[in-house]
Amino acid sequence: MMLSRRATEMVVFALFRSCAVLVVLALLVLLGYMLTGGLERLSIEFLTEMPRRANTQGGILPAIVGTFYLMVIVLAVSVPIGIMSAIYLVEYEQSSWMGQVFKLAIYNLAGVPSIVYGLLGLGIFVAYLGLGFSLISAGLTLSIMTLPLMISSAREAIAAVPGTVREASYALGATKWQTIWHHVLPYALPGIFTGIILSVSRAAGETAPLMLTGVAMSLHRLPDSFFDSFMALPYHVFYMATQSSDLLATRPIQYATALVLLLLVLGMNLFAIVLRKRYRDKYRW
Amino acid sequence: MTIAIHTEDLHVYFDKNHALKGVSMDIRMNEVTAIIGPSGCGKSTFIRCINRMNDLIPGCSVKGKVMVDGEDINDDDADVVDVRRRIGMVFQKPNPFPKSIYENVAYGPRLHGVAEMVDGKLKRRKHTKAELDEIVEHSLRRAALWEEVKDRLDKSGTSLSGGQQQRLCIARTLAVNPEIILFDEPCSALDPIATAKIEDLLVDLKKDYTVVIVTHSMQQAARISDKTAFFYLGDLIEMGDTKQIFEKPQKELTEQYITGRMG
Amino acid sequence: MALKLRKEGRRGLRKNRHLPPQEKLIQLALTIATWSSVVALAAVFGELMLGALPAFTSIDMIDFFTGTVWNPSHPLYPLYGIVPLFVGTLMVSFGAALIAIPVGLGCSIWLAELAGPRVKAVFKPAIEILAGIPSVIFGFFALVILSEWIAEVFEPVTKLNALNGAIMLAVMMVPIMVTVAEDAMNAVPRNLREASLALGATRWETVRHVVIPASLSGVVAAIVLAFGRAVGETMTVLMATGNATALHFDFLRSVQTMTAAIAIDFGEVEFGSEHYHVLFLVGLVLFVITFVINFLADWVTRRFKEDY
Repeated sequence: MMLSRRATEMVVFALFRSCAVLVVLALLVLLGYMLTGGLERLSIEFLTEMPRRANTQGGILPAIVGTFYLMVIVLAVSVPIGIMSAIYLVEYEQSSWMGQVFKLAIYNLAGVPSIVYGLLGLGIFVAYLGLGFSLISAGLTLSIMTLPLMISSAREAIAAVPGTVREASYALGATKWQTIWHHVLPYALPGIFTGIILSVSRAAGETAPLMLTGVAMSLHRLPDSFFDSFMALPYHVFYMATQSSDLLATRPIQYATALVLLLLVLGMNLFAIVLRKRYRDKYRW
Repeated sequence: MTIAIHTEDLHVYFDKNHALKGVSMDIRMNEVTAIIGPSGCGKSTFIRCINRMNDLIPGCSVKGKVMVDGEDINDDDADVVDVRRRIGMVFQKPNPFPKSIYENVAYGPRLHGVAEMVDGKLKRRKHTKAELDEIVEHSLRRAALWEEVKDRLDKSGTSLSGGQQQRLCIARTLAVNPEIILFDEPCSALDPIATAKIEDLLVDLKKDYTVVIVTHSMQQAARISDKTAFFYLGDLIEMGDTKQIFEKPQKELTEQYITGRMG
Repeated sequence: MALKLRKEGRRGLRKNRHLPPQEKLIQLALTIATWSSVVALAAVFGELMLGALPAFTSIDMIDFFTGTVWNPSHPLYPLYGIVPLFVGTLMVSFGAALIAIPVGLGCSIWLAELAGPRVKAVFKPAIEILAGIPSVIFGFFALVILSEWIAEVFEPVTKLNALNGAIMLAVMMVPIMVTVAEDAMNAVPRNLREASLALGATRWETVRHVVIPASLSGVVAAIVLAFGRAVGETMTVLMATGNATALHFDFLRSVQTMTAAIAIDFGEVEFGSEHYHVLFLVGLVLFVITFVINFLADWVTRRFKEDY
């Protein structure tokens, strides 16, 4: 029986190891296909030109610009609200009852399917507030969507600052906000920054909310204002892969667009991971 | 009097740190052997060598022999699982499993099963419920805990007081029928009353087991042990009869520690 | 000078009174910002209700929840039976769970108990990267590559089918499972493992009998959360499953999920029409389902939290 206990352990552990290998393999295969499929069409022209002939030629500049503008809106809206909420929840929240309500709301917001956010955006921003099918409608929708992520990253960063730092500040006679502004936030900033990058990159990759708030299939000029219609990278991948005029011929464009999106999002994520690691090593409490 | 544990030139390294420097000693059967010394002297490191718990620490390397019952437990052939069954350990902070009291004690026997001779061959089989019940009761009695918990064996082990939890951990160790039991500062997290109960238990256990106890309390060592070994900065400085160590220490370092001038 | 100190000292003993006016303003601003989350959640629910309300009156609710035909764009007799969509969602989600749960658990245990620090430093970022890939990319991969592989192996009727969606979803679910389950296992204190090993248990026996039971609530929460994400996923299933709305249980045939139905139909629906409102109703059903799943995950964690 001693041998069979040993043997069981070896078999089971080998199985677990192969699960891990499987997952890494899946990632590598996915990335590999995206890379090899997309490099063919990827070029400076592709990134800087407008599409021609119903998206079958030319570049994807409006999609890139559209995604960029969306990220700007998310940055402007969900980041400040998210950080402020995080500060409040960590530093000020006293009654447990209210704190529970907030926690519950944030937790549930995080679990809402992306298409339901699309419905929200359609109903409130497009229709009710009359913002129409525009960048601002889509951007605001994405902002609400990324709010939970922003709040939880910022919370983690702020809560990680040890209580001793706050105590030292209070002991010197500083007020609450002075303590937060001068002593807590500076230390939490790297973590918050990481959270910002992750949130914005999440927003950049979302498609479903855009579909209901007015993303366009093809535009011949770039957006003039935030109330203008727009293209976006993730939707462009979807549109080209499922509805473009010649699916097979435009395959390289589909791959290339997907690759641009992938590089953008992964680039931001990797940057955030590296940043977080660097600052974790620097600020070992 | 036979030797239960014999170590020869035992060295332990944690990466570059030379934690144990050539320790050679004999521990006798059916005695309580206390290991004393100031913090960081290698006491815990030493006993963790005996049941190969140091294997779990990354960067740790062990050189030298540890002979139990004539066999070197560090040998490549040695079955570490069997070593740990035969040499039990009770830890500084009581660590009952978040399971019922019964399950805590039955855990070990369930895994190891019963060894029987069937047709001249050694076979292992599962315990029957009745056998397990008996082992659990016997172990809890031996650990002086039975009377206090016999009516609530299905309650969680973590619902007991600190002292009771530690005795549960002892019962759990007894249940696998070891030959040697190692105690790593078992009372340091307990109040004086609980400590006294455990000390009485330890003295009682030596009738059937070999007891090795690491303690930072010299008074405890003096109270309950037959032999005492004094460690300092990774070296075994002196070992002998407890009475002799405390009344007539031979090495100066020992004397300094005993009299409180150092440590 | 002494007078001034005494006055300030007295003020300081009452809660928040010592905050100068700017601080109170700041606190107010922060409170308002935090309330935005609550408002947002209420807005989601409210908007869904508002949008779905006309549908409550214009179509028969029983037919909606039990109808087996979803054909809203029929010019004369539109049918709004949600069952095919519901079944489609369940098929891909359960199918994905069937793959993702064992693989995810295996990875979590490996990560928490077996992997050395160097390997971990490679594997954990890999999981994070996987988690960060936009769903449309997964959808694209499933559409273009994975479906071909499935077609070669299974020779199905169509290559865009439930199996395609389930497999791709499984890959997406694994990172969520691993992150949450690994955290739960890591939270089990080291001395419990030591106690088990000191009794002569093997490492696997320790994992099986001590670590997993001690982290069970976290592991179950991980499973439930991952399942909830699968149910709510849109782009991947939209691109991978073929979007045929017939009711069946064949994994090698095309299905449509609730999420995909909303996304696709909105391209052609008329603002304010009955179809438009029914889509909001589907959204409401989806919201309630994911809300319940998330609630379950949270409840399991809190109710069954092990103490050690």
